[in-house]
Amino acid sequence: MNFEAINESLPLYFGGTLTTLKLLVVSLVAGLAVALPLGVMRASPKAWLSRPAWCFTYVIRGTPMLVQLFLIYYGLAQFEWMRESIFWLWFKSAWFCAMLAFAVNTCAYTTEIIAGAIKATHAGELEAARSMGMSRRTVLWRILLPSALRRALPAYSNEAIMMLHGTSLASVVTLVDLTGAAREMNSRFYLPFEAFVTAGVFYLALTFILVGAFRAAENRWLIHLKPRQ
Amino acid sequence: MTATKLLVENLHKCYASNEVLKGVSLEAKAGDVISVIGSSGSGKSTMLRCINLLEQPNQGSIALNGEALELIPDRDGSLKARDPKQLQRMRAKLSMVFQHFNLWAHMTALENIIEAPIHVLGLSRSEAIVRAERYLERVGVSHRAAMYPAHLSGGEQQRVAIARALAMEPEVMLFDEPTSALDPELVGEVLKVMRDLAQEGRTMIVVTHEMGFAREVSNRVIFLHQGVIEESGDPRTVLVNPQSERLRQFLSGSLK
Repeated sequence: MNFEAINESLPLYFGGTLTTLKLLVVSLVAGLAVALPLGVMRASPKAWLSRPAWCFTYVIRGTPMLVQLFLIYYGLAQFEWMRESIFWLWFKSAWFCAMLAFAVNTCAYTTEIIAGAIKATHAGELEAARSMGMSRRTVLWRILLPSALRRALPAYSNEAIMMLHGTSLASVVTLVDLTGAAREMNSRFYLPFEAFVTAGVFYLALTFILVGAFRAAENRWLIHLKPRQ
Repeated sequence: MTATKLLVENLHKCYASNEVLKGVSLEAKAGDVISVIGSSGSGKSTMLRCINLLEQPNQGSIALNGEALELIPDRDGSLKARDPKQLQRMRAKLSMVFQHFNLWAHMTALENIIEAPIHVLGLSRSEAIVRAERYLERVGVSHRAAMYPAHLSGGEQQRVAIARALAMEPEVMLFDEPTSALDPELVGEVLKVMRDLAQEGRTMIVVTHEMGFAREVSNRVIFLHQGVIEESGDPRTVLVNPQSERLRQFLSGSLK
């Protein structure tokens, strides 16, 4: 183990951690924000609401994230009209393309998680809400979503961890995230083992923090499902 | 002369070709405690659930305090409220207590009770809490206010559910087999609360299998059989001296 080379590369890894975290946070926040209405649509008994959401999750979950990223970053650039459009400002940036691909991807999985949690809501609880004169809106915001989102938490923590590891794909579109940092260290010192083990340790630490955060969230919001202390 | 609170006329309900209610009518005056009895499948729960439109009847009319709920045909031929706002307003005055409690699992007992008063009646949070504490006290579970439903016994959950219904200060309370899901030793505590409510003069419609409650607490009994009111009247006459063969059979079956 060449610790000297690792030590020398640490600033690179810290920069990479920051990039990874930025990609993760932006894609999770954006993905969740869009997944919320999509999840409600997906769980709706009305076909004209649930079908489009189903199509979206089917296509996105049915194709690899790397392929989606290549399509957005390289694929779109092939078209003249794209390069001349106002959107090119964004689509020429690897940052934007990576965030978009990741956000769309996590959005699809999160939509399914939320829809599943909504469908698992105890029908009697919704009946009770309606029987007290709550409007559909109130039932949705006060009963259905608070109950479903709590139930979705354990599955969502899994999704967040998968996304953390998924962001490593950013390194193939020139971004220097944690994996990108490892590739750069490798090309500088030709020490692939040291380079990727270091990246692995950093990912492990981030996962540890993420798991801890979700455990705290579950203790806060899922207390009603835990056995009485 | 007491005023009519709830007037239900000629309720019909069918699932596909199976007619569950075949023209049921019922009138509740202020202070009435009406027990609805009958074997399972007789349509008693369906009748109760049609009153607040948790089930959509196929025919019939419902009026609360003289205000008729406006019903229009839905796509499947059943009836739905023309104006959802009117239905919500009426439901707020018709609170229901369910067989399986149906408390909101992610809220504490207190939060369960203040939820609808705040978000339906428009009370402030502090007003709602004062009200909730009063009714929790009333049903004898104030010491459980901060606990979640899953951490309460069945009897406590049902009493919280009754407090939740009471906090709406309803005109009529609908009880859908409120003790059927309880362990036998917990039935008594819930029945006692209901008995107290009846003595307060609350208007209640109770679907029940508790013949003791029907006989001693209610002032009217309705016996439903295959979607028709077979017999109704004062419990001391109807239960003691049943006229129809079906009620005689039902009563002999329910006496142990």
